[in-house]
Amino acid sequence: MAAESQFHVLAVDDSLVDRKLVERLLKTFSYQVTTVDSGSKALEFLGFREHEDEEAEELSSSDSPSVSPNNHQESSSLRTIPVVIMSSENVPSRISRCLEGGADEFFLKPLKLSDVNRLRPHMTRTKLMHHKQKEENREEYGEETDDKPEIQPQNQPGMSSYKRKAMEEGLSPDRTRPRYNGVTTVII
Amino acid sequence: MEKNQIHRQVALLRQSLFDQGFIDEQFVQLEELQDDTNPKFVEEVVTLYYRDSTRLIVCIEQALDKNPLDFNKLDSLMHQFKGSSSSIGARKVTAESTQFREYCKAGNGEGCMRSFQQMKKEYITLKKKLETYFQLARQVGPLDSTSRPN
Repeated sequence: MAAESQFHVLAVDDSLVDRKLVERLLKTFSYQVTTVDSGSKALEFLGFREHEDEEAEELSSSDSPSVSPNNHQESSSLRTIPVVIMSSENVPSRISRCLEGGADEFFLKPLKLSDVNRLRPHMTRTKLMHHKQKEENREEYGEETDDKPEIQPQNQPGMSSYKRKAMEEGLSPDRTRPRYNGVTTVII
Repeated sequence: MEKNQIHRQVALLRQSLFDQGFIDEQFVQLEELQDDTNPKFVEEVVTLYYRDSTRLIVCIEQALDKNPLDFNKLDSLMHQFKGSSSSIGARKVTAESTQFREYCKAGNGEGCMRSFQQMKKEYITLKKKLETYFQLARQVGPLDSTSRPN
């Protein structure tokens, strides 16, 4: 179980109750958890800066395609984080769109203890890949570390996982999202 | 009252909440997250739910006062409310919320009003029952797994 604490999950949900729930769920698996209530705060937490023209809206409600960051290094870090979508509604078409758009997994809410097991493969796979890329990425993570010591333990680049809630409006079908590799982001 | 008796009362009360459909399996999930490091987790989540959902209920009430009704907004608000309700295992409340949303989709204002009133009744009833349950449970500490339903 001690090994799990190297995995850091960033949970994004606009519901206070669900944030508390997901936090507790993840902590029982000894993951580190941070919760935020919006996609923009999540991006902020990852050190992602907003565009002048406010293109970097909440991912969950935006119809526009994926945000394009100013900082290339930040963007490629972000691209290494896998995404998991969570919703209280089982709408196959919306789920497919999310998965096609780059999400790695879909969970139906409310999340159960058994669901958390499904997160692990994404995070460990990422960790392995990331380990290989470690040398290349060291510079990037070095920058991020300044702002977020809690995500970056010592020599290991942060294993950030995102969770983001899929909203009613869903994600635009034209949305092009880079396929994530490296660090796992689980976005619900 | 002897501790064993209270213990039994708590178990019976808990079972009745399930049997009468007030709470569902999700409530058990909450209980499974409760342990020595988080001994009052279930009560905390439920308390948080009631505090947080009050805000949503007020919003819905205000929205129901408008003329004409904005069904999209009502549906969106109820979607949020339903989400939290189902997260704590509030079965009847969640069912009424679903019904409300059906009426929204059908553009049935009267149906919305009716189901909203019904939902509030269930919401308040559940609150009282859970308060009683938690009060009693506090006196005995954690229940063991043998008193749980399948």
